[in-house]
Amino acid sequence: MSNFLPMAASFFPDPSTDTGLYIVISLLYLAGAIGFVLSLKWMSDAKTARKGIFAGEIGFVLAIIGTLLLPVITTTGYIYIAVAMLIGAAIGVPLGLLVPMTAMPQRIALSHAFGALAAGLVGIAKFYSSQPDINWFVMAVLGIEITLGALVFTGSLMAAGKLQEVKWLAQRPIVFPLQKTLNFAVLGLAVICVVILAVDPAQVWAIPVIVLAGLAFGVLLIIPIGGADMPTVIALLNAYAGIAAALLGFVLENNLLIVAGALDGMSGLILSIIMCRAMNRSFRNVLFGAFGATEAEWGDQEVGSIRSASFDEAGEILKNSRLVVIVPGYGMAVAQAQHKVRELADTLEKEGVEVKYAIHPVAGRMPGHMNVLLAEANVPYEQLLDMEEINPEFPQVDVVLVLGANDVVNPAARHDQKSPIYGMPILDVDKAASIMVVKRSMRPGFAGVENELFFNEKTLMVFGDAKDVMGELITEISGNRDSINV
Amino acid sequence: MSVSVEFIMTGLFVFALAGFLGFETIRRVPRLLHTPLMALTNALSAISLVGSIVVLGGQYTAYTTILGFVAVIASMINVVGGFLITDKMLKMFKPREKPKKPEPAEAEAAS
Repeated sequence: MSNFLPMAASFFPDPSTDTGLYIVISLLYLAGAIGFVLSLKWMSDAKTARKGIFAGEIGFVLAIIGTLLLPVITTTGYIYIAVAMLIGAAIGVPLGLLVPMTAMPQRIALSHAFGALAAGLVGIAKFYSSQPDINWFVMAVLGIEITLGALVFTGSLMAAGKLQEVKWLAQRPIVFPLQKTLNFAVLGLAVICVVILAVDPAQVWAIPVIVLAGLAFGVLLIIPIGGADMPTVIALLNAYAGIAAALLGFVLENNLLIVAGALDGMSGLILSIIMCRAMNRSFRNVLFGAFGATEAEWGDQEVGSIRSASFDEAGEILKNSRLVVIVPGYGMAVAQAQHKVRELADTLEKEGVEVKYAIHPVAGRMPGHMNVLLAEANVPYEQLLDMEEINPEFPQVDVVLVLGANDVVNPAARHDQKSPIYGMPILDVDKAASIMVVKRSMRPGFAGVENELFFNEKTLMVFGDAKDVMGELITEISGNRDSINV
Repeated sequence: MSVSVEFIMTGLFVFALAGFLGFETIRRVPRLLHTPLMALTNALSAISLVGSIVVLGGQYTAYTTILGFVAVIASMINVVGGFLITDKMLKMFKPREKPKKPEPAEAEAAS
């Protein structure tokens, strides 16, 4: 490894001899960073959000132009770059256009894996081309960056696999004795190797060890996690991927990478915190990967009697109300019922009934997932209300229609300290005048908890597949008067 | 020549300020748009493409060139796929249809 040009610390042209180019590239990067910040700013409103994408794209184009102007890139290098970018774009287009909205969580998890892979590989290349002449501090940053890249890569692949419900991957959380000890030992091994390298960057063998330990830790991190925790995990991996990109910026002396990485990391962090709050988990627990299955000790429970309603009864009640709030859960999306739900809402609105949707933060499988699924079904976004917005309104609501949601409407979260979901913020649907629950059977939800809402005297159960039930209700409500094709 | 400690210190400034800016900006993104937000930040963080391009284009060793090649492909997937999917999602978020289409000025006055 001696007969090649070592990679320079900074890829920038020398500011003292090549002033013009230096300024041009720096300004292009600055413009790129501004584009990124603007794109996030415009995301704060659905009306301006698409303009935000445009700003981000402009930022990207400028950054790429700036990079291609760097004098370190050789003529053959340009050919390789063009080929690699074309291959990447060819894979990226179908991943961007063909993935269905229900598969969005695994799609996002997969892209975290790609991002981490790129960051990790660049870090490794940087190490091999500049060692042993690496400052201890820089080496430590580089070591952490490579570890993070490796663990986010496998962690995200595992998360994507679990979400996609890949056959050979267990969906249930896997817990075994000394699990945490093993996890910490693997992570500790990586940390020790980083320290060794910081002391003596010539210890080249330590890099493969770091990579393997990171890859193994990523797998171990996701093994004990069940489906209900996935939204938090995706957000957390997002934060880690961002931090890895920012660290890479430190190592490559590139401020643009630092800015983009910091923005991505912060976004992941904010989303993780929101998800934690929504599921009543401490952030520290999640940060150290100590989440996973809290084994529910659910012994004998008083099961009351339930009341069920036929379709024409249910239709009659809905038709005669003023305000109906629909509470969708992931079960609705699994049944592919969102279009039928919107049709039902349209039918009700024709009868003069006001319809709103109450979206719990963990209603889908990633932050904001349910909103996307309903928007796809052409529900206007003004009708999609957050938990905080809708909760004070429930006392004025005539009928709440619960569709495939379970734990997020369980009043036990408010008062039953023994319940595993105790303390979790819920939609206060039991404050409405009456509640209608559409359910396939009396099976408990994700947390394996019986839902006392079903035994509430105001609750009517409507049994059946969500899609079929919606179809029946639409027929009942639109009735014999006009024939709407459903 | 290795990375200077000097740059790392400047970088920390940039990181801290960008972090605060990001926090204040992203905090304002409504829950409605959190999935598109994730897709967008994912595309943005694929800016490691810049580093990947340098590693590949700089032609240091055969080894780093291979790493760079894979890295450019991986980050390019995220750039292209990330922006496309964010746009596809945002296109679906529509406001309530107005019965008739008033002029923007009229709509302002009406509301």
